[in-house]
Amino acid sequence: MTPHQTDRVATQIINLLVAVVVLILLFLLGDIIISGLPHISWHFLTSPSSSFSAGGGIRDQLFNSLYLLVLTLVISFPLALGAAIYLSEYAGNNWFTGLIRTAIEVLSSLPSVVVGLFGYLLFVISFHLGFSILSGAIALTFFNLPLLVRSIEGSLHAVPDSQREAGIALGLSNWRTIRGIILPAALPGILTGIILSAGRVFGEAAALIYTAGQSAPIVDYTNWNPVDSNSFLNPMRPAETLAVHIWKVNTEGVTPDAVSISAGASAVLIIVILIFNFGARAIGNHLYKNMTGGK
Amino acid sequence: MDEIQKKLVSPSKASHEDILGRIISYTCIAAIIILVVSILYFITSRGIATFTNDHVNLWRFLSGTDWNPGSLDAKGNPQVGALPMIVTSFSVTVLAALVATPFAIAVALFMTDIAPKTGARFLQPVIELLVGIPSVVYGFIGLTVIVPAIRQLFGGTGSGILAGTIVLFVMVLPTITSLSVDALKAVPGYFRSASLALGATRFQTIYKVLLRAAMPRLLTAIIFGMARAFGEALAVQMVIGNAALMPHNLITPTSTLTSQLTTNIGNTIMGTLPNNALWSLALILLLMSLVFNLLIRFIGKRGTINS
Amino acid sequence: MQSYNLNETHIVTPDEEIALSTHQLQVFYGSNHSMTDASLSFPRFQITALIGASGSGKSTYLRSLNRMNDRIATVKGEIMYRHTDINSRKVNVFEVRKHIGMVFQKPNPFAKSIYDNITFALKAAGLTNKKVLDDRVESSLKEAALWDEVKDDLHKSALSLSGGQQQRLCIARAIAMQPDILLLDEPASALDPISTAKLEMTLKNLTEKYTIIIVTHNMQQASRISTYTAFFHLGHVIEYDKTETIFQTPQIQATRDYVTGHFG
Repeated sequence: MTPHQTDRVATQIINLLVAVVVLILLFLLGDIIISGLPHISWHFLTSPSSSFSAGGGIRDQLFNSLYLLVLTLVISFPLALGAAIYLSEYAGNNWFTGLIRTAIEVLSSLPSVVVGLFGYLLFVISFHLGFSILSGAIALTFFNLPLLVRSIEGSLHAVPDSQREAGIALGLSNWRTIRGIILPAALPGILTGIILSAGRVFGEAAALIYTAGQSAPIVDYTNWNPVDSNSFLNPMRPAETLAVHIWKVNTEGVTPDAVSISAGASAVLIIVILIFNFGARAIGNHLYKNMTGGK
Repeated sequence: MDEIQKKLVSPSKASHEDILGRIISYTCIAAIIILVVSILYFITSRGIATFTNDHVNLWRFLSGTDWNPGSLDAKGNPQVGALPMIVTSFSVTVLAALVATPFAIAVALFMTDIAPKTGARFLQPVIELLVGIPSVVYGFIGLTVIVPAIRQLFGGTGSGILAGTIVLFVMVLPTITSLSVDALKAVPGYFRSASLALGATRFQTIYKVLLRAAMPRLLTAIIFGMARAFGEALAVQMVIGNAALMPHNLITPTSTLTSQLTTNIGNTIMGTLPNNALWSLALILLLMSLVFNLLIRFIGKRGTINS
Repeated sequence: MQSYNLNETHIVTPDEEIALSTHQLQVFYGSNHSMTDASLSFPRFQITALIGASGSGKSTYLRSLNRMNDRIATVKGEIMYRHTDINSRKVNVFEVRKHIGMVFQKPNPFAKSIYDNITFALKAAGLTNKKVLDDRVESSLKEAALWDEVKDDLHKSALSLSGGQQQRLCIARAIAMQPDILLLDEPASALDPISTAKLEMTLKNLTEKYTIIIVTHNMQQASRISTYTAFFHLGHVIEYDKTETIFQTPQIQATRDYVTGHFG
């Protein structure tokens, strides 16, 4: 074969492989959406689940997922922000910084099931928090922290040094410069990072099975007192999330309509994550335009 | 001393603010360090209890093929042979990476060198979305589509290494692809133009110049994919069959380290041998993720393009 | 490059009120000596120009004067301001920078409105009265000769201004803090000739209230606006005298070659 024939054949092979991948993708998305959408109804979204009979909904799981997401972000965002500020603004170029970066990399490479088991060991058992939203949120924080730290650090890093110099040359403290100048300038990037990490947290299940638990007790959505045991805001109750629910109905095999519930719930998961992805882009672009005065 | 002189040498609001800022950010970083150290410590101390408290022989644990921690074998030793899980975990990981790599690199080449416009407009967002699909959704599709298909084609239950490999292949594909795209994009443009200017065809350029220059980072991409596959729990657990048996072929039910953990840790009592043995599996997972991490660093250090 | 005897120097001490002076200032990046024994005195309410080739150490020297090099370099020696050595570790650097402001080579307005650019540091310093802030914005923009161009859209993003306007905004931002001394690090290098001329006019007018030290690579600029000039070469101050002396009858060979363009 001449080099030109080889070139043509190789290009055809690459195109073929790409076509196969595209087909797989279309099949995946199509399967989730087409088999899931017919099961999504107002009734499905607003009624409680039932283990042993058909026709259950996902109301509590959906709420638990969102509540857990909010709690996780409330815990992990300040921590990640502080750590990212340390890494991008204060850390020197020395062995200690290298050690911290290694630690964060190790944390991000741990399988989520290991992180979940650690949460189980420490919070559920040693600290007697039991299977609870709080234990789940802490486990998810561990899982979420390294990614969030890295994305916030990246956004802070992207703010030019001339902005820092401008701030401190006016006699501002480093802290005030970071808070008042660097953070606002990095905000679009930070928000995009948070929303993308929210998508990951929303779909995570392995870290939650043994921390937030696998049951969704009936809660009272009119009871706004978070210390009441039947309040929907009580962080000490067990809370099965949407992703855990999909896993559970499929592995326990006692729910008669497990497949249609999972199909509907998967579609809901994907749609929410799609919304997060597009939202992240839209908000990032919008803030960026606002800040630069439309230029 | 006039007033300005006095101000010059005494602390002000700004200096207090700065101390506060340092305290806050140092505290956050300390919290993360404590967290990582305690994860390593707790998992390790639990994981070695099988060997220190229950006096199981480490070699027997790693090479034994019978997993039944609740009972003793003929010689009175506990049956904690983790080899079936170790073999299965490595099999699905390696197979998934082997299958996914050609596809991932083809897609990456398509996006960077063959049709960058279509790539950026269409493939890029889809790959990003796929990275974000929750693993239970992959597991659910595996359970409802792949397992029945294998059952139809080859008989048996349909669960096993083949099903696990297919599910993991689809899961790691976007990960390896997006990292490979970064790897190829990092090859300076003049590498391409120099090669093409010498009369090389596009494929010669890709094969002899691009892939070679990007090789270290492509390897890193593959290892990242393998790390993800090795640690994946639920998607695999849903299709692997969860029988702690040595896999004899690709379609008999078996069990990975992660699936064994998720299935059984809730059914054992803390501090007993069956429980400790599971923590030892978790320790293997932890150590393997450290190994993947080291590999990535090692390759990354050797493979920076000098330009 | 021709080598000169770097120990052959001619440095005068101005016979006027001195706003700031350095004694044997040395700067190290790691173990690299990038500034050797610079001893200069800057007269009050005058413009002093620091000239020299790239890498001569003039910017490094300037940035040391309000401790902007703290994080990246070691600075030894004395910087005397109001009978205080402000290079001492005991000194409150934030306070120092309030009195010794700085404008940089590339315009670096904050990603905020024009109004907020000027008031941000004032508010941080404890100024909260709206009326006082408004007055300060107006007067500093007028002093920086930008008021007429922006008075109608003070709440527009500063990033929408042109390069020359952004640089004058940065000057307005610095003088709104009412410093004693303004340090300018090649402030016109990113600007077109018309903006540069406007900026030079602005600087000349500012000497009524401020002492200005300006780094420039543009010798015409130095001769147009400054009363004193220091010539830097390879991390040494070679010559320091009245500007006309430096440009017309320099005492040292290296200076003569540089100002006549026979250099390097």
